[in-house]
Amino acid sequence: MEFAFTDEQQMIRDTAESFLAEVSTSEAVRTAMATELGYDRELWQRICGELYWQAIHIPEEFGGMGLGYVELVAMLEQMGRYLLCSPFFSTVCLGASALMIAGSDEQKAEYLPKICEGLTATLAYTGKAAAANGGQWGADAVELIAERQGEQFVLNGTLRYVPDGASAELLIVAARNEGSKGEEGINLFVLPADQAGIERQWLPTMDQTRKQAEITFTDVTVPAAALMGEAGQAWPQLAKVIDLATVALAAEQMGGAQQIMDITVDYTKERTQFNRPIAGFQAIKHKASDMMTRVEVARSGVYYAACVAQEVLVEGELATELPEAASIAKGYCSDAYFKNAGEALQMHGGVGFTWEYDVHLYFKRAKASEHFLGNGAYHRERIAQLILD
Amino acid sequence: MKLSFSPEDERFREEVATWLRENLTGEFEQLKFRGGPGDEHMFPEERKRWEQKLAEGGWTCVGWPKEYGGRGCSIEQQVIFNEEYARAGAPGHVGHIGEGLAGPTIIAFGTEAQKKKYLPGIVAGTVLWCQGYSEPGAGSDLANVKTKARFDEAKGKWIINGQKVWTSLAHESDYIFVIARTDPDSVAHKGLGFFLVKMDQPGIEVRGIEQITGTSEFNEVFFDDAECDAEDIVGAPGDGWKVAMGLLGFERGVSTLGQQMQFQNELNDVIRIAKKNGAAKDPAIRQRIAKAHTELKIMRYNSMRMLSGQGGSDGSLQKEALIYKLFWATWHRDLGELALDVMGPESQILEGGPYELNRLQAMALFVRSDTIYGGTNEIQRNIIAERGLGMPKEPKVAIK
Repeated sequence: MEFAFTDEQQMIRDTAESFLAEVSTSEAVRTAMATELGYDRELWQRICGELYWQAIHIPEEFGGMGLGYVELVAMLEQMGRYLLCSPFFSTVCLGASALMIAGSDEQKAEYLPKICEGLTATLAYTGKAAAANGGQWGADAVELIAERQGEQFVLNGTLRYVPDGASAELLIVAARNEGSKGEEGINLFVLPADQAGIERQWLPTMDQTRKQAEITFTDVTVPAAALMGEAGQAWPQLAKVIDLATVALAAEQMGGAQQIMDITVDYTKERTQFNRPIAGFQAIKHKASDMMTRVEVARSGVYYAACVAQEVLVEGELATELPEAASIAKGYCSDAYFKNAGEALQMHGGVGFTWEYDVHLYFKRAKASEHFLGNGAYHRERIAQLILD
Repeated sequence: MKLSFSPEDERFREEVATWLRENLTGEFEQLKFRGGPGDEHMFPEERKRWEQKLAEGGWTCVGWPKEYGGRGCSIEQQVIFNEEYARAGAPGHVGHIGEGLAGPTIIAFGTEAQKKKYLPGIVAGTVLWCQGYSEPGAGSDLANVKTKARFDEAKGKWIINGQKVWTSLAHESDYIFVIARTDPDSVAHKGLGFFLVKMDQPGIEVRGIEQITGTSEFNEVFFDDAECDAEDIVGAPGDGWKVAMGLLGFERGVSTLGQQMQFQNELNDVIRIAKKNGAAKDPAIRQRIAKAHTELKIMRYNSMRMLSGQGGSDGSLQKEALIYKLFWATWHRDLGELALDVMGPESQILEGGPYELNRLQAMALFVRSDTIYGGTNEIQRNIIAERGLGMPKEPKVAIK
């Protein structure tokens, strides 16, 4: 049984850890999060130019490293640990994946090499409807309207909760045919973000480490060449992209849950009250044990989902398990990360409540990540539909 | 990172499955899915005969070295064996304490004479063992044992006095292994001995303990000048704690997938009932069922990690192994609650008098012991914090 990182994967993980420990310090995070852009351009250049991380799972024929989802997950875990402020998730886990899954050969040849060179991208598919019923992240969230006019499409409507939506250079958007509902009539388009008729509004967020935007489309005209896949038939591809991104986000959550636990346990070993470290009090020990249990369980779920996601990329046997594996990972990790962060705040006592300590950064990232792409309740209902209906 | 067993292991799986399919028949048909935790009081004679049937096929002690009568199976193969065993619904192993605890201890710490005397009976399925560890005053604090062993020079035997509790299947067993205090002035884990004691003797009395389920799997065992031969101490007097704890190190997670198969069977039952009675449409029940499904799946992946990793260089348990008992016991307890909630008021009505529980009702009550035996959840949390996170150990309190 080889359900563990290979030596190469371990090296990728270790390199990511040492790089991020150095560059994504508390100070670096706080500086980046205070800007509307949300990241340090120089750092993004370094990541792209020196480490080539943005190319990790892009096929070699398009200039990528041609590695897989397990390697991607190994990096994402570290990014989650260090709250890396960067357009990596939106560009690679949303944008690049969308091109790889749904793009035509021409579209892949045009845009994937640019991403390898540092072009930023994101996927914008949700309208305000994503907020309904406590959060819905499937086809029902697609509200942008696409109207075919000869050899062109005209797009109208509003997209909300778009990660790095205000700064991304390339947009992949989902829009539905007028009058269509649910999984029917969905289209995907790839287009530059500076196209006429597109208005992007950065949204201030409780979690400042990941930026969101609202994007309004007013009579935005795109050529047929911008259409990804068959007109009105894009839901299966979009669903796959969403599930892949869901696994990626779960990996970040797992890393964050690990780090906030480590930070907290270290704190409790230093903090003394009643003449001994509070780490020795059983109430504190037991909370910490529950945190560790959640982290290891989360890890097992994420690693399996990573293997399944990799099979999706290579069209292997386990590929059909993607929706379930993604929901297992995200459902569990969403609750685990937030629970760990909440307990971390409690275990820090008064200082856990300050802006100065980093606990709140994890607390807020945990909550934002919980919602994005579906929280525990949403994913458990998805699983219920798979096994009960 | 792969999740597959090797082709060789998959061939082994096929061999196990085939043998079980061909032999779990006839008189053994009624034993399917019986005799597991919570059901161990059922069909003892028939399960003894099954144990001997397994032995004839060479399927007892599969993980033991060949020189002691085992198959020398790898950890992976032992896991596969247990998974197929559970899949086939083969009955709870009446010889599991001998195979999994007494035997490995004797192999690791015993003399050649002890190995020759005791191992063949375990392999043949003809000699059954029970475990004499816990006492009324020594549960989580196992080192607090008070049962005494004194060497009688005249008789040339150890004389044992005291009491053990929670001893599964003592009334069916031929031998019991016992931790007893050899140095009367010692406290805690010092001055203990590890003894192999014949059950059928005047000095031993077994009394069943009636459980919450109305059944009696556990017993009290009273030692009143019970006798044990001079050569039936494993290790020297004073080595008892080391030998007893060595046992716990043998747990390599081989039973994980088999256990999960049983959990899946139970969850499937719960789902079947929920679909039938409409509980499957209730949002709150759906969430709980989905959570149970999610975590059972992750339990499997966690076991795969346990199989793939190496222990720490200091022999420490891997993290995913350290949390495993807390995780599965809590999961199973929650499944019991879910089962009763899915059944609703019907969960309160029994199959028959005076106290006939159906399988899920029995499970729902029996799981309350999962979080207690083999290390309570509270002890597990202490261990995880101390060994997994390096947090300070509990303060020691001096004996008054």
